[in-house]
Amino acid sequence: MSVILDNLPALLIAVPLFGAFLTPLFGRFLPKVRTPWAIFAVLASAAVAITTAIRVLISGPIVYVFGAGASAPAVLDSAGIPIRIIFTIDAFGAFMLLSAAIVSVAVMLYLAASQKRRSGKSAFYTLYLLLTAGIFGMVSTGDLFNFFVFLEINSLAAAALVSYHRKGGIAVEGAIKYAVVNTIGGLMVLAGIGLLYSQYDTLNMALIASQIAPNPVTITALVLFLAALAMKAGSVPFHFATPDAYSVAPSGVTALMIVASQAGLYGIFRILFTVYNGVFNTVTVGWVVIILGVLSMVIGVTMALPQKDVKRLLAYHAVSQTGYMLLGVGVALCVLHDAAALSAYGTTAMEGGLFHIFNHAMYKGLLFLAVGAVIYRTGVWSINKMGGLGHNMKWTMIFFLIGALAIAGIPPFNGFASKLMIYESTFAFNPVLAIIAMVVSILTLASFMKVFHSLFLGPKQPEYAEVKEAPKPMIAGMIILTVFVVVLGIFPDLFVNAVISPAADALLNSGTYLSAVLGGGL
Amino acid sequence: MMAIPLIAVAILIGIAFAILLIKRNMIKMVMALGILEGAVNLFLVSLGYREGGVAPIFVSAPDTAMVLPTVQALTLTNIVIGVATTAMILAFIMVIWKKYGTVNADKMRRLKK
Repeated sequence: MSVILDNLPALLIAVPLFGAFLTPLFGRFLPKVRTPWAIFAVLASAAVAITTAIRVLISGPIVYVFGAGASAPAVLDSAGIPIRIIFTIDAFGAFMLLSAAIVSVAVMLYLAASQKRRSGKSAFYTLYLLLTAGIFGMVSTGDLFNFFVFLEINSLAAAALVSYHRKGGIAVEGAIKYAVVNTIGGLMVLAGIGLLYSQYDTLNMALIASQIAPNPVTITALVLFLAALAMKAGSVPFHFATPDAYSVAPSGVTALMIVASQAGLYGIFRILFTVYNGVFNTVTVGWVVIILGVLSMVIGVTMALPQKDVKRLLAYHAVSQTGYMLLGVGVALCVLHDAAALSAYGTTAMEGGLFHIFNHAMYKGLLFLAVGAVIYRTGVWSINKMGGLGHNMKWTMIFFLIGALAIAGIPPFNGFASKLMIYESTFAFNPVLAIIAMVVSILTLASFMKVFHSLFLGPKQPEYAEVKEAPKPMIAGMIILTVFVVVLGIFPDLFVNAVISPAADALLNSGTYLSAVLGGGL
Repeated sequence: MMAIPLIAVAILIGIAFAILLIKRNMIKMVMALGILEGAVNLFLVSLGYREGGVAPIFVSAPDTAMVLPTVQALTLTNIVIGVATTAMILAFIMVIWKKYGTVNADKMRRLKK
C-alpha cells in the first residue's frame, strides 16, 4: 500500500497509459471485455488523481523524482548538474487533477453508451485514455520540456478524437484546423523553452524561477508561451479553431476537451505566477490578460447568439466563459505587487477565476453531454429542426436546464458562486469590467433560454414521437456532473476553503513551490 | 560563428510563416509546418553547440569541451513528435481529398454552413 502511495505521481501517468495500450489487445482477443476494461482504466486513473490531489491538499506539495529514491535531491545529482526529471504537484495542480478526474469518469460512462453501436472502439478508448494521461501530465510536471511533451500528447489525442466520426468529412475539417493550430502552438512553446534554456541551462521550472530576471530573451519567451497557450485554451484572438473542433467532435469527447483546453490555461497561470513569479511588469501583462479575457467574453457570446448548430453555439459559449477565468486571474496579476489591493480584492479575483475553471468544466461538460444525448436520439444538430423534446427526454431536459442556469450565473448553481466572486472583485478594481461581465452573463442567459425553448419546449413533434429517454449510462454520467453543479452552488464556501484558496495561494506565493523543489537551499 | 545558425533559424521561421499565410494548398501548409519544426530543432541544437566540442560521453571523455546533451535529447523527442503530427495531418488531408475532392483550404468550408 505504501508503495502505491509513495509512487502516486508516477502512477498518474502509468495507469492511463497502461489502460490505453491494453485496450486494443482486449479489443482483438476479448471484445466483450473491452468497454468494461476502458471504464475500469478510467476509474483507476481518476482514483489515482483524486488520491494524489487529496494528499497534496492535506500535506502540501509533492515532489517526485523519477528513477531515484525518496531521499535523492530533487534537482541536482552528485556532480551538480540539473538533470533530474521531476513531477511537482502543488495545490493548483491538485485542483486541476480533481476537475480532470471527475469529468473523465462522467464522460467515460457517457461514451460507454454513445459508442455502443459504433465501430473502432479500441482506438477510440485508447485515444481517450491518452488524452486523460496528457491532461494529468500537463498539470503535474515540474519540468518545462515534459510540459511540452504532455501538451503534444494532449493535442494529438484530442485532434484524432475530434475526427473520429467523419460525418462526410466535416469532422476531419474541424480536426485539421485544430491540429495545425496546436502544432504551431506547440512549436512556439518549444521555442520559448529553448530561449529559457539558453539563459539558465535548465528545464526545471523551480530552478528557472529562482534565477529568472527580465531581459529581452525571457520576455520574448513569455510572449511565445502566452500566445501558444492562449491558442490551446481557445481564447480570443486564437479562438477560430475551437468552435470548429468542439462542434464536430463526439459530444462526450468535447466535454473532456474543455478540460484539455483548461490545461492550457493551467500552463498560462503556472508560467506567469510560478516560473516568472512576477519579475516582469505585472500591471502591463495583467492588463493584456484582462483584455484577452474581456474580448473572449464579448466576442464569444456575440458569435454564439446567431448560431444554428447547437454544439457550435455551446462551443462559442466556451470561448466566452474562458474570458471570465482570464479576467479574474488578470485582475489578480495586475495587483500582485500591491499588498493592500491584493488582500482587498486581488485574492478574491484569483479565487473567482480559478473556481470558474472548475465550475465551467462541470456545467459545460453537463451541457455538452445533455445536447449530445439529444443528438444521439434524434440525429439532428440544427436548433431550428428540434422541438418538443421535453415530452420524450424529461431527465435530459432537467440536466440541460440546470447546466444552462449555471452557465448564465443564476443562483443557486455553481456558476453564480464563481461569477459573484469575479463581479465583486473586478468591481473594486475597475467597475467597467464588472459591468461588461454582467452584460455578457445576461446575453448568455438570453442565448440559453432560446436554446432551451427550441429544444425542449413546445408541442410534441410528430417526427420525434419515437424518441426515447437517453440510455442509462449517459444519464449516470450527467448525474455525476449535476451533483457538482448543484452542491458547489449551494455550499461554495466549503469547496473554496478546501480547494480553491490553497490553489490561489499556491499561485500567489510562488515561494512555497520553489522551496518544495529546491528544499530552501540554493 | 554562433550567429550563423540563428540567422538560418530566423530565415526558416520567416519562410514557414509566409507559406502558412500565403499558400492555400494544405500539402504545402504541412510542408511549412515541417520547415517550422526544422527551424526549432536547429535552434535547440545550436544552443548546445560548443566550438570544438566532442560528443558528451563521460566514460571516454577527453579533457576538452563537450556539446550539451540535453538539447539534443529535446531535439530527438521533437523529431518523433513531428513525425506523429505530420502523419496525422496528412491522413486528415487524405480524407478531405476523398470527401471534398480538393486540398485547397479556402474551398474546405462545409463546416461553416
